[in-house]
Amino acid sequence: MSKLKSTLGIVAIAFITLTVMSCKDNSKEQNSTDGDHSEMNHDNSDGHHDGEKREMAMGGDSNTQAVLNDYFNLKNALVGDDNGKAKELGATLATSLGNFDASQYNDTQQSELKDIVEDAVEHAEHISESDIAHQREHFKVLSKDVIDMVAITGAEMKLYEQFCPMYDGGTAWLSTKEEVRNPYYGSQMLKCGKVQREIN
Amino acid sequence: MKIVKIIAIVLLVAFVGIQFIPTTRNQSDTVPSTDFMLVNNVPETIQKKLQVSCYDCHSNNTQYPWYNKIQPVAWFLEDHIKEGKAELNFNEWDSLSSRRKASKLRSIIKQIENGEMPLDSYTLIHSEATFTEAEAEELINFITQLKDSL
Repeated sequence: MSKLKSTLGIVAIAFITLTVMSCKDNSKEQNSTDGDHSEMNHDNSDGHHDGEKREMAMGGDSNTQAVLNDYFNLKNALVGDDNGKAKELGATLATSLGNFDASQYNDTQQSELKDIVEDAVEHAEHISESDIAHQREHFKVLSKDVIDMVAITGAEMKLYEQFCPMYDGGTAWLSTKEEVRNPYYGSQMLKCGKVQREIN
Repeated sequence: MKIVKIIAIVLLVAFVGIQFIPTTRNQSDTVPSTDFMLVNNVPETIQKKLQVSCYDCHSNNTQYPWYNKIQPVAWFLEDHIKEGKAELNFNEWDSLSSRRKASKLRSIIKQIENGEMPLDSYTLIHSEATFTEAEAEELINFITQLKDSL
């Protein structure tokens, strides 16, 4: 009789584990859709900001400006070795990239920009869910995308393209300030790099 | 004692019940002309390795293990395959722009270098999917070449 009991117990535990596991999967899916919802909320709030910037910019390309602002915020978080903040700002940047409207450009530029944005969104999304080493890997390619984007759209403010020969065979990024603050090494090698080009 | 029995029966019914929930199976007979192997000149050893180690989750055709038919395992696999294909689908390789290809190739190199792919949960069952040091090096060299030729 007690044998039966313990067998039943084992069977019960096995099933509980299985069911809990499957429940977990479900809740994970729910979480991910929840995540989407909150992203959509960000979407709205950013759209709002976008509008404000548009008024301020007066005829300039506010789209690019919104992307650049979020890019620089993200860059600063990486300079500060702040993984958590970079995650948030990666998501913000993914949203402003998603809102990017290329309709004012010609066909070739539009397809180029669409390609750039698609690639950049993916990297920004990865940054929103990675550890800092990964964030920096993605930031490298993201920076290339943003540099290529600015080559088409131009920018309203003066920009410095900086270059660190040490990170991954040589890596560039954009900054609004001339002095070098390295987003790939942060405090480890804050001033590694040089200005290789001035834009505007 | 009675309660234990009841719980066991309920769970058994639940376990049997979830077996009837359908899952989408990732299977296809055709290899589209955009496939990575078709548009690139991939050495045979690397082709085999990619097929064994990557294509189950990164293409339109999965070689399912027998236990795939048992829930909740099937859900777990479905989820992974969906995620894997969203990230990279070798079958649709040539539909990507050069920029996106370069991005993907760079990620492949990093993931193999860091041993992040194939996933541990995959190699646990598919031990043949694991990369030896030499295999990893061969693949990384090939992918690097491909990336530089873009």
